[in-house]
Amino acid sequence: MVERTPGCALVTGASRGIGAAIARALAGAGWPVGVNYSSDRASAETVVGEITTAGGQAVALQANVTDPETPGRLWTALEEAFERPVLALVNNAGVNRDDLVPSLGDEEWREVIETDLTAAFRLTRQALRPMLRARYGRIVNISSVVALRTNPGQANYAAAKAGLIALTKTAAVEVARRGITVNAVAPGLIETQMTEELSGELLSFVPARRAGTPEEVAACVRFLVSDDASYVTGAVLSVDGGLAA
Amino acid sequence: MPALTAEQVQERVIEALASFGPEADQITRNATFEELDIDSLDLVELAQIVEDEYGIVLKGDDMKDLRSVGDAIDLIVSRQS
Repeated sequence: MVERTPGCALVTGASRGIGAAIARALAGAGWPVGVNYSSDRASAETVVGEITTAGGQAVALQANVTDPETPGRLWTALEEAFERPVLALVNNAGVNRDDLVPSLGDEEWREVIETDLTAAFRLTRQALRPMLRARYGRIVNISSVVALRTNPGQANYAAAKAGLIALTKTAAVEVARRGITVNAVAPGLIETQMTEELSGELLSFVPARRAGTPEEVAACVRFLVSDDASYVTGAVLSVDGGLAA
Repeated sequence: MPALTAEQVQERVIEALASFGPEADQITRNATFEELDIDSLDLVELAQIVEDEYGIVLKGDDMKDLRSVGDAIDLIVSRQS
């Protein structure tokens, strides 16, 4: 069932991994979903196919989130596709370019900050306009356990993901009185392509002694987007098997 | 776009402010935002309406010194290109 205000949702970086699982979960909760992807069209179309086969609504939307024109373009496309305002945004798109600080390049720093933090800010700014008017909205930023627990080699990624938490909390208090919630989810070690290389070394530190699944992260996002979470805002929900505890 | 008159801007501003809560008949040129319980977020929304409908961009910096409905109307009228 759709929440009380009929709207649609956008999930960035949703062609695979955690983003794809979130798109499927929101569609399952009744939200028409924009499945954003940057380059992997085939995977995005697969996600859309899975959603429509299950009786949901979805559309694949190509866009590089770091392009300043992207938010306006995505909102126009979504409102045309679903004829509803965008009332849920999940900032999931992210990249990592790992290196130790002494050898971390400017370009690796810039690319990660632009994609994981600046793009999320621009999309949040875009999202808040219609949400303020609707007096309703849900924004979930996908942060990371590395924002809370140090992981050598990820200074750029950790800075971006910690910045995302600060953005989350600030935006949350600014718009709380308008029925809009802004929260962050901080996944730990999750089985995706992005974490394949990390798995071995990190797994021994995870109290749960296993990696999480994208669906376990998506379930938390689905909760934060639901009316059940209407009084939860500015929160950081760790989904990490105890890694940051 | 033909130049907006102060009366046209006033009519639209009052309509917008009324949608944020206060009764329309309380919204006079001399009424302060404090009296009307119009907060900073309301003014951000007003700026967005002005930008969407008139193409006049008002930043937070422009809005922060506004105290009364008349201040807002005068600012919008003065910003027409």
